[in-house]
Amino acid sequence: MKTAVIVFPGSNCDRDMAVALRKATGASPAMVWHKDSRLPDGLDLVAVPGGFSFGDYLRCGAIAAQSPIMREVAAFGQAGGHVLGVCNGFQVLIEAGLLPGVLMRNATLKFVCRDVPLAVESADSPYTQGYEAGQEITLPVAHHDGCYIADDDTLARLGDEGRIAFRYRDAVNGSADNIAGILSRNRRVLGMMPHPERAVDPRTLGTDGAPLFHGLSGMLEAA
Amino acid sequence: MKARVFVTLKPGVLDPQGAAIGAALGGMGFDGVAGIRQGKVFDIELDAPDETTARESLDAMCRRLLANTVIEDYSIEIA
Repeated sequence: MKTAVIVFPGSNCDRDMAVALRKATGASPAMVWHKDSRLPDGLDLVAVPGGFSFGDYLRCGAIAAQSPIMREVAAFGQAGGHVLGVCNGFQVLIEAGLLPGVLMRNATLKFVCRDVPLAVESADSPYTQGYEAGQEITLPVAHHDGCYIADDDTLARLGDEGRIAFRYRDAVNGSADNIAGILSRNRRVLGMMPHPERAVDPRTLGTDGAPLFHGLSGMLEAA
Repeated sequence: MKARVFVTLKPGVLDPQGAAIGAALGGMGFDGVAGIRQGKVFDIELDAPDETTARESLDAMCRRLLANTVIEDYSIEIA
């Protein structure tokens, strides 16, 4: 399985993402600088990592979403490619129009940095098929702007189409319906605020993120 | 040409920062602040042949970057 990680100025989870992908796939991802105008050929997955791209200026992810490489990432996603955005990567995917809604300042106004319990709402995606629907897992969150908001029609559609991948078990940041992660209509784009890539090694923060990468790897290898 | 762009939250969108600022003003003794919403102002110097072209360009800037039109409205003033 061939993967790439996009690196923006201010990304800080790009190397964690690379470690998680290498553990799951056995191959190192290509690290792609945001100013590049082409993705490597033959990719199965593009990961947009966490961090504080462009210092969170203007709106989190807004400036990164206009980086040259994001036109390629958007085209890759629209052509049916798999795109995973975590934390700031989720904000970038929303600002780039790959996922609906918006991520706003946490309702508490506090930066939240702790392990949180999540429910896997849908196991029907390449990312979540390594879990059971309804399974409770624990992943770390670390964000200031993770309050997911969308209009009522969008929220209803996400629910009806089974596109809510993860929900916080308890209120974490004020997100509508406690949404922690959502899928695109074709289920190949996932954006989530919690960090699965920080939970793939028993020596650090548990391994509840590992099934996401192993499931993805297994499904894409088999495809 | 000088332009000023205002970006404000749409009515009904939760604004916890505005609420916190409002509470602080109340705590400072400023009574009578019934509501406060935080927004952004951009002062832009623009080379454009005429106001119509400038407005079109600024409108595109707002839609594509300066505002997130899911939650924000914008208005443009040209000096």
